[in-house]
Amino acid sequence: MNISMSWLKQYVPDLDVTPKEFCDAMTLSGTKAEGYTALDANLENIVVGKILTCEPHPDSDHLHVCTVDVGEGEPLQIVCGAPNVAAGQKVPVVLVGGKVCGTHSGGSAEDGIVIRKGKLRGVESNGMICSIDELGSSSEFYPEAPSDGIYVFPEDTPVGADAVELLGLHDAVVEFEITSNRVDCYSAIGIAREAAATFRRAFHPPVVAETGNSEDVNDYVSVEVKDTELCPRFTARVVKNVKIGPSPKWMQRCLASNGIRPINNIVDITNYIMEEYGQPMHSYDYDMIAGHRIIVRRADDGEKFVTLDGQEHTLDDRMLMICDAEKAVGLAGIMGGENSMITDNCTTVLFEAANFDGTNIRLTSKRIGHQTDASQKFDKGLDPNTAREAIDRACQLIEEFGCGEVVGGCVDVYPVKREPAVIPFEPEKINAMLGTAIPAEEMIGYFETEGLEYDREKGVVIAPTFRQDLLRTCDLAEEVARFYGYDRIPVTLPGGAATAGGITFEMRVREIARGAAEDCGFSEGYCYSFESPRIFDRLLFDADAPERKAIEIRNPLGPDYSIMRTTSLNGILTSLATNYNRRNRGVKLYELGNVYLAKELPLTELPDERMRFTLGMFGSGDFFDMKGVVELFFDRLGMTLVPEYRTDAPMNYFHPGRQARIFYGGTCVGEIGEVHPDVMKSYGIGERTYIAVLDLPAVTGFATFDRKYRGIAKYPAVSRDISMIVPKNVTHAQIEKVISERGGKILEDCRLFDIYEGAPILPGFKSMAYSLRFRDSGKTLEDAEVQSAMHKILNGLLELGIELRK
Amino acid sequence: MSEFEKRVREIAEKASDEISGVDGLERLNEIRIAFLGKKGTLTSVLKGMKDVAPEERPQVGKWVNDAREAIERSIEESRARLEAELQNRRLSAEAIDVTLPARKQVSGHRHPNTVTLEEVERIFTGMGYEVIEGPEIEYDDYNFTKLNIPANHPAKDEQDTFYITDEILLRTQTSPVQARIMEQGKLPIRMIAPGRVFRSDEVDATHSPSFHQIEGLVIDRGITFADLKGTLDIFAKKLFGPDTKTKFRPHHFPFTEPSAEVDVSCFKCGGKGCRFCKGEGWIEILGCGMVHPHVLEMCGLDPEVYGGFAFGIGLERIALLKYEIDDMRLLYENDVRFISQF
Repeated sequence: MNISMSWLKQYVPDLDVTPKEFCDAMTLSGTKAEGYTALDANLENIVVGKILTCEPHPDSDHLHVCTVDVGEGEPLQIVCGAPNVAAGQKVPVVLVGGKVCGTHSGGSAEDGIVIRKGKLRGVESNGMICSIDELGSSSEFYPEAPSDGIYVFPEDTPVGADAVELLGLHDAVVEFEITSNRVDCYSAIGIAREAAATFRRAFHPPVVAETGNSEDVNDYVSVEVKDTELCPRFTARVVKNVKIGPSPKWMQRCLASNGIRPINNIVDITNYIMEEYGQPMHSYDYDMIAGHRIIVRRADDGEKFVTLDGQEHTLDDRMLMICDAEKAVGLAGIMGGENSMITDNCTTVLFEAANFDGTNIRLTSKRIGHQTDASQKFDKGLDPNTAREAIDRACQLIEEFGCGEVVGGCVDVYPVKREPAVIPFEPEKINAMLGTAIPAEEMIGYFETEGLEYDREKGVVIAPTFRQDLLRTCDLAEEVARFYGYDRIPVTLPGGAATAGGITFEMRVREIARGAAEDCGFSEGYCYSFESPRIFDRLLFDADAPERKAIEIRNPLGPDYSIMRTTSLNGILTSLATNYNRRNRGVKLYELGNVYLAKELPLTELPDERMRFTLGMFGSGDFFDMKGVVELFFDRLGMTLVPEYRTDAPMNYFHPGRQARIFYGGTCVGEIGEVHPDVMKSYGIGERTYIAVLDLPAVTGFATFDRKYRGIAKYPAVSRDISMIVPKNVTHAQIEKVISERGGKILEDCRLFDIYEGAPILPGFKSMAYSLRFRDSGKTLEDAEVQSAMHKILNGLLELGIELRK
Repeated sequence: MSEFEKRVREIAEKASDEISGVDGLERLNEIRIAFLGKKGTLTSVLKGMKDVAPEERPQVGKWVNDAREAIERSIEESRARLEAELQNRRLSAEAIDVTLPARKQVSGHRHPNTVTLEEVERIFTGMGYEVIEGPEIEYDDYNFTKLNIPANHPAKDEQDTFYITDEILLRTQTSPVQARIMEQGKLPIRMIAPGRVFRSDEVDATHSPSFHQIEGLVIDRGITFADLKGTLDIFAKKLFGPDTKTKFRPHHFPFTEPSAEVDVSCFKCGGKGCRFCKGEGWIEILGCGMVHPHVLEMCGLDPEVYGGFAFGIGLERIALLKYEIDDMRLLYENDVRFISQF
């Protein structure tokens, strides 16, 4: 919502503040000013001059040499290139040293353009005669100005006067951000009312006088509203003997400051009312209204309608139409029809000021993809009580401008009148809510300055219907707070019972995950929760993989963001690929983010959101480095069992021989692997990439932060190394199992320290060497005990087809 | 002077001469052996004791012992001096160029979102707030209806909200956690609820369809707007520095009344106005207000007894401001050259 300071002063004449002061104070009282534009910025030393002589330039076919009387001193010689320059004209003249803000082609210069004394093709020029564009506007907003040429004032304009003033440019346009609860502030009057209350100045809304001749409008038109829910009120008035012409300059200036192009008096009046009251109006050519009847009804499904901009729309029965006896003449609240629009030949005008259901207008304008100034006002949900005053005000302006004869009376279909809200006034509750001690009388004072009524007898506040946001005590508390000043409310801290606070166990586990990953050199990434359904093919998921049963977003940003992810692989691979493409090397990333697993599709209940801890890396380390990170994480969570790495259910996206599902305590808690070359290729990563994914809810079940001191060993350990030839298909896990099972209680540690394949080891075998450590916590071990344990271990290994190396 | 005394003195003087001229630990050891060893000169004096009259023996013994102690002392002094010299030589030979590059200790980096969130969490948990999470895929009822945003409210339009079904959507705010916690009815409540939220905005330098909020909620008897101001003032000072000032501006949110937007004095220029704060001196950081009584009612609390305040902070907004990151897209690209700066 934009409005100029000068327009506001029509209603608040004593508003003697600078635009900056105005913006700051309005923002603090709740009408947020985003900023303002001074229309006279960079317009300096510009006066009205009279062109005394105008001769062709001796050396140019388009320049003229003028002498211009600027009211002071000798007439100035100014060279002018405008095609419309002529002797006798009164024109805006920038004196030497003055400034304009725009170029004549309509562009603008940030710091303005200073006009200096100079020579144009050898002829001295002392100033510049300007066009409206050089003054920062355009012929769109000054219809009397030529689109190409200098601006010309009326003949009776005094020479030497301030040209900027005469053009109404000593003004500032303020831009407001209006919150959705304050529909009344989408109007000049609404903002002015707030301004008057904010600055404690008198508020003078327009006084709407009785208008119209002795005829009765009911003899001219009848109105039938078939859907009073979508159209709670419809008012209509008739103006005959219309004289179409330009509207007065002051009105043109007001419209221009709101960015509305002046067109003619009738259109300008309806646009002006829309900005002044926030109530859109429409004017029909009365003679085009068949049967002189207005019927407000829902459209038929598939009905077609051409709005006055020439566009055809296909409608449905959720949309509201304004019709005459034969045809539709308007799309309610959005735009009138081509068939009844005002033309220059129009002699009788039918005015409409109606109230429509805001939601319906919003949905209709969305469905047909057409927003107008009117629909944007209506869709906020307007006060039906404004319609009548607005249409009467329009007729008053018609009479003031003498541009038509207003027919007496008003057709007003308003079956259910909206009544003001009555709110009990409870000053002690307001103070208790705000933490203040504001006297009741002071509160009442604030209410009255903003147009709320206080009924002393009943002790209630009556909120006018334009304040649809005021319903209960907390709403009044806000009114008090904003006029008392949010800044004056004290600063305290909540009292009451203390609370322990803190984070959850799950959050602690995530903190541990971050720490473990970062200590191992992994940096944290954030990935999107939605992705493309094509990722499943990219990641080689089977056609019936459960991951493919992803939750679909009904209205996604696009197909690439249309499903909620069921796997975190794509996120980490995409991030790794970004780094690879940007030539970052040795990249290690981790992510903590949810996957969303539907219990059934379509969703009937909320899905299972599972936090995944995903690690990915390329160019630094291998499978076993990644495994180390996983086990470090487990260790920090107090998970002391040996995790199992199972390979019996292979995953397509991993290298078939370098992958495993991670089991802990018999539960699958994640997966780890080298990414399959086909997947790498599709992501464009050119180095071996390793990924581990841990399902945090599963891991969290095993985590504990309890620790017990076990003591430090008092008795010496005995070490034994064994070196052996192992069939290739026997795994470390099998060997480890035999050793730990057969080593007995005294086996403290078993560590693989060497593994080798190749000559001289025969093909199909590998050489492996383990270091075993035995210890008894209660005494010094005897050699025989160790020998016996070793014997059992070696026997067990033999059963696996393992041969000891001598 | 007896002959013995003379001899002992001569030996002591000779030893002293030799010790003072010594230039190495080995030579010092030789001197020690030459004088004090079993066959040393001083020892041999003692061996001549048998020729001394018994009554003079104590006297002679004392001379010899005095001399021995003097020699030992002087040997020890020399040894200390020589060892110190030796160590000094070694240390100076071992000097390194301390300006040579450090051996890099590689560890990963935390995302600026997380760093910021942890800071916010620390501030509020320190004030006794619990950190709570809610689902990212949420019922329309919690995301809107229970927050006083009824059907047909413009904020519910599909252009803002990602829907899955008519009833289930991607939450557009962390506020539904408020409703969930209030419904549980365990009072008093002091909580923050950080989390991911979704709005259907195209990606650009200042928008992302997925971002994070931190919701705050306090419910108890006798909570005031002044308490809200005090709490957020402390928050701003802890997050942006002790000189930070806060400004509360009236605003509108459906689920709070009165509502406010909060600006902090620009932490770059201190409020004078600069490019960073666009000359305003103030930067908007969050929205807040007193929980709307209708919201309390819908969540089963009696607004005549209980009240409280709520606030919502945009995590990315704070992170972008605090770290002067000029493009939101950087937060989701995961370029290590970006993350490693935090």
